[in-house]
Amino acid sequence: MNPNLPNSFRTGPDERGHFGIFGGRFVAETLMPLILDLEKAYADAKADPAFQAEMNGYLKNYVGRPSPLYFAERLTEHLGGAKIYFKREELNHTGSHKVNNVLGQIMVARRMGKKRIIAETGAGQHGVATATLCARFGLDCVVYMGAVDVERQQPNVIRMEMLGARVVPVQSGSRTLKDAMNDALRDWVTNVHDTFYCIGTVAGPHPYPMMVRDFQSVIGDETRTQMQEIEGRLPDSLIACIGGGSNAMGLFHPFLDDPSIEIFGVEAAGHGLTQLHAASIAGGRPGVLHGNRTYLLMDEDGQIQDAHSISAGLDYPGIGPEHSWLHETGRVTYLSATDEEALEAFQLLSRLEGIIPALEPAHAIAKVLELAPKRPKDHLMVVNLSGRGDKDVPQVGDILKGRKK
Amino acid sequence: MTTRIDACFAELAKQGRSAFVTFLMAGDPDPATSLSIIKALPKAGADIIEIGMPFTDPMADGPSIQAAGLRALKAGMTLKKTLEMVRGFRKDDNATPLVLMGYYNPIYIYGVDKFLADAKAAGVDGLIIVDLPPEEDTELCIPAMKAGLNFIRLATPTTDDKRLPAVLANTSGFVYYVSIAGITGGAAADSNVVGEAVARIKRHTKLPVCVGFGIRTPDAARAIAQKANGAVVGTALVDALHASLDGEGRATPKTVGAVADLASALAQGVKGAKQAAE
Repeated sequence: MNPNLPNSFRTGPDERGHFGIFGGRFVAETLMPLILDLEKAYADAKADPAFQAEMNGYLKNYVGRPSPLYFAERLTEHLGGAKIYFKREELNHTGSHKVNNVLGQIMVARRMGKKRIIAETGAGQHGVATATLCARFGLDCVVYMGAVDVERQQPNVIRMEMLGARVVPVQSGSRTLKDAMNDALRDWVTNVHDTFYCIGTVAGPHPYPMMVRDFQSVIGDETRTQMQEIEGRLPDSLIACIGGGSNAMGLFHPFLDDPSIEIFGVEAAGHGLTQLHAASIAGGRPGVLHGNRTYLLMDEDGQIQDAHSISAGLDYPGIGPEHSWLHETGRVTYLSATDEEALEAFQLLSRLEGIIPALEPAHAIAKVLELAPKRPKDHLMVVNLSGRGDKDVPQVGDILKGRKK
Repeated sequence: MTTRIDACFAELAKQGRSAFVTFLMAGDPDPATSLSIIKALPKAGADIIEIGMPFTDPMADGPSIQAAGLRALKAGMTLKKTLEMVRGFRKDDNATPLVLMGYYNPIYIYGVDKFLADAKAAGVDGLIIVDLPPEEDTELCIPAMKAGLNFIRLATPTTDDKRLPAVLANTSGFVYYVSIAGITGGAAADSNVVGEAVARIKRHTKLPVCVGFGIRTPDAARAIAQKANGAVVGTALVDALHASLDGEGRATPKTVGAVADLASALAQGVKGAKQAAE
């Protein structure tokens, strides 16, 4: 642990958008005035009770919150250790936690008078959430998606188009999430006068990492209340998967100052940490990309390396800056799960609990299989089930079919 | 302290004309050809040379410059080799200002202090780092000033009068006005609109103002040179280089000449313009 620990882990970022050395605003001058406007608009919205009330109304009646905190009895029995609870974010409208953040950002965009929304997406969950809320509020929507991801996440591409969004397949670079983010930034620089960039994770220039975290913190806030109601006390451990890390930050943040609670983030180890993977903390180091300083996968010359994960949603060579800081302070422990481990967890959860998870939270489940048996039976463990697996059914089906042959 | 950039603009002022500023990517399509090209540029009429530092994720660049960076990286270009290239250029030319342009991460990984010392020693005069706005001045801008390098800031159509003083505060050498809100190689700006923007910037600073983005032809360069202290051309030169390559993306005997010929034509455009009264 770092000897200079803060009194609170929940006060960041500072006024310049930094979590320790991480975060910041590393963007082209064209975007800076807009980012400063956004920072102000978000601060105003946050302080406005009418904004909060309107947002809570949509969260309840449109998104379907609160999401349940479900005791996974059969998985608990199977593993024979900790009592495992799932925070059921996959039951939200659009099928993942992404909608919490998109709702918040779209409401800020409306306050700013923006009519055109752009987004980047990996697995398509953020794209679907953005397309959905743009449809709901009558806004133009353009979603950038790597051409590789367009191929492997067809169901979500079709959904976005049905919702009226234009999906732009990105052909540059590795044709995955990183490149979709580059092209979204290029669009934003070009159309800065009327366009709002709805970022899908706790990354990017300040105030995005903070704003997205705040909108996702509803996950952890509800978990606190629900666990008190069900078990009469707080959980003992929290686990969530991490690409950029927004579902994890949403679960973790309200618990950061409860020192007795163990917190685990699970990165995608792909083919393994010595091969192609997407584990920025385990295999990267601090650098500057996409508007913030954070842990990144790169070569010795500072060139960004391609990430790999079976899960398009985790396939990103960076991580949100607050996670980098929580790693360096030692408050959160970052683990990783391989493609193979995630696939096994995906199948186990489907059969034991009747819940087909997205490949993203299957990475978190993979580590639950390791951690839960080592904990006592009165240990309360919460896993963020951040998305449902409908989008991954064709891909996983193909992989499993290939193995039977 | 007078830098090569200051001396260059002082000389141009005497001649009563604007600067022709060229941009090419270091190491495109390979380190040796790239050095030959930049060596040919002053003779072709370039007054100031910007050299791109290749980066995998150039968020503010269009497809041409992005592809140029990837060609250079594929040919093994690194930041260290970019500085070697500058040293190679300085062997024969101690007058033409050289400005490195790029993104922060490779410099951050190289190490800021080491980079500044090595760049200065190699003969670099200034830096343009696209993703370092004034809000992040402590990262590189202020150390660069202390190391004796000009930190050239971008001003854009979204930089209003309220923000301009912050943008200009630590800028030296010249101000680079990005004539359009967009990426490199995008739409051309209207020279009258650019003229108004340059005049607006000049109300806040005595520094020369050079204009880039969207300038592709000698006529467009002339129109901009009438309104500003310099016209910057990048994508058009990179496209000419690309057009001269073989099917595998390798240099051909035509490559150096193709770039130099276009540079000469553009330089004629710039030099044919009388600069607007200050």
